[in-house]
Amino acid sequence: MTIRVLRPGLLTTVQDAGRHGLQHLGLCPGGAMDEVALTLANALVGNDAGEAALEITVIGPELQFERDTLVAVCGAEFQGSFPHNRPVLVPAGSRYSVGRAVRGARAYLAVAGGFALEAVLGSRSTYLPGGFGGLEGRALKHGDVLELGEGVSEVSKQRFSSLKAKAGHTVRWSAPPLTLADREPVLIHVIEGQHYEAFDAASQRAFVDAVWRVSPDSNRMGFRLQGPQLSRVKEGSGSDEILSGPAALGSVQVPSSGVPIALMADHQTTGGYPRIAEVVSADVPRLAQLAPGGKVHFARCNLDTAAELRRHMQDRLETALRGIAWSYGR
Amino acid sequence: MEFSRALDLEVNETVRRLAAGVRMLGDPRVRDVVAGLGGVALHFVSSIQESAPELAAAIVAQCMKSGLPPAEKLGRDLEIPVCYEAEFALDLEEVSKRTRLGPAEVQRLHASTEYLVLMIGFAPGHAYMGGLDPKLSVPRRANPRAVVPAGSVAIANDQTVVYPYAISGGWSVIGRTPLRVFDARRAEPSLFGNGDRVRFRAIGKQEFVRIAANA
Repeated sequence: MTIRVLRPGLLTTVQDAGRHGLQHLGLCPGGAMDEVALTLANALVGNDAGEAALEITVIGPELQFERDTLVAVCGAEFQGSFPHNRPVLVPAGSRYSVGRAVRGARAYLAVAGGFALEAVLGSRSTYLPGGFGGLEGRALKHGDVLELGEGVSEVSKQRFSSLKAKAGHTVRWSAPPLTLADREPVLIHVIEGQHYEAFDAASQRAFVDAVWRVSPDSNRMGFRLQGPQLSRVKEGSGSDEILSGPAALGSVQVPSSGVPIALMADHQTTGGYPRIAEVVSADVPRLAQLAPGGKVHFARCNLDTAAELRRHMQDRLETALRGIAWSYGR
Repeated sequence: MEFSRALDLEVNETVRRLAAGVRMLGDPRVRDVVAGLGGVALHFVSSIQESAPELAAAIVAQCMKSGLPPAEKLGRDLEIPVCYEAEFALDLEEVSKRTRLGPAEVQRLHASTEYLVLMIGFAPGHAYMGGLDPKLSVPRRANPRAVVPAGSVAIANDQTVVYPYAISGGWSVIGRTPLRVFDARRAEPSLFGNGDRVRFRAIGKQEFVRIAANA
């Protein structure tokens, strides 16, 4: 009942919808960087939205399926013949090799019934800095064996048959990729950060005028953004530290180096650097789809627009989920 | 919600009481409540229909109406064993030089006061504790260490911390605790909580090894 890891890829980890409710202990929620893609992948194999999946990053793994397994891959498009955004019944014994990402940076591979992994603090997400969750708290490596749920091949075949597929191992329709941008720079909406006023006028302008590049030393904790150096209004105190306060997913903080960092899934819960902006929640999954070197452009908006963007993304996701449920005869 | 831009212990206490009060309400729309040194963040589920600032204001108002939990009920009294021996006290010499106090006096002062956990943040279980003797006040190190060993007890300005993991850090390390600061597999994963009153107890290397083996 397993998947064997023949090649791990650049960074393949188990992620679910995250470990919420523990930020007061300093523990970030973590979970899938692109939660929309995770939700779609789970829906396509008939799972609950928050089931754990493999988060595949930039260079994909090679996996061997030892049982008939219903699989779906959503999010970034990768090289390889595996059809994206649809349920695929992978026959026992087949190998699945994922190449490089060609559009986006992160894909989610969900399997019917999920992975047989113990939840730690209520989640199966891998938290790399703490070394827990997922598979032994680390990224997949060569030779790993991922246990799947009991009776995965029966569950897979039964779910696949309810799809009434007429095209062999998959269906003729696909779910829409909701978080992949058509072109770069990707437009990301932000609201003013708590310390926006602390930055000088030139930096405030530069933040929205510049095309930023995601730096190679970006990770699940944060994306470093290459572009103009941002500076603060000179104050008498000369201190570039602010009183440590809560930070959030999407906070854009600026350390004294002037290089902004957008906080991502494994972000710190508090920070002592001024925050110039906050990425609106609807755009966090879209930002997560940028690979190192990817280009981004920020547009300021207000809270009402941020809420509207959130509802719009939710509507599109719910429409896609209804379509998938209908295909399953529900 | 920001209440103060400079560290004010009275504001900090209110912030911690408010955060605890909001968590106790158990509103399903609130996923996380984080107390900073001078402000509180409410993290909402993405499905809320209300405007976030209005919802936050309403929840805080409800909390104030029902009364905030008293400060003394927020924390526990903790005694943390610390080995101040040279092997673990990576920056003791430097601190000793800067403060013009002998190494033994640095340890004695550090272990002789009661600290208060003002904020948990930065990393899981990472507690910022106030109450450091002013004589031990040293600035942050100009060159932060790439890796500070887990359990390291460090000081900077008017606070002390205990590093939960081997992470980078710019505080001056003067000892190490054998206890596990954060353990995801424990029923209570974090050793420290907001408002805890903490005392450090100096231990020798032997006791350190013994406790570490059971931690």
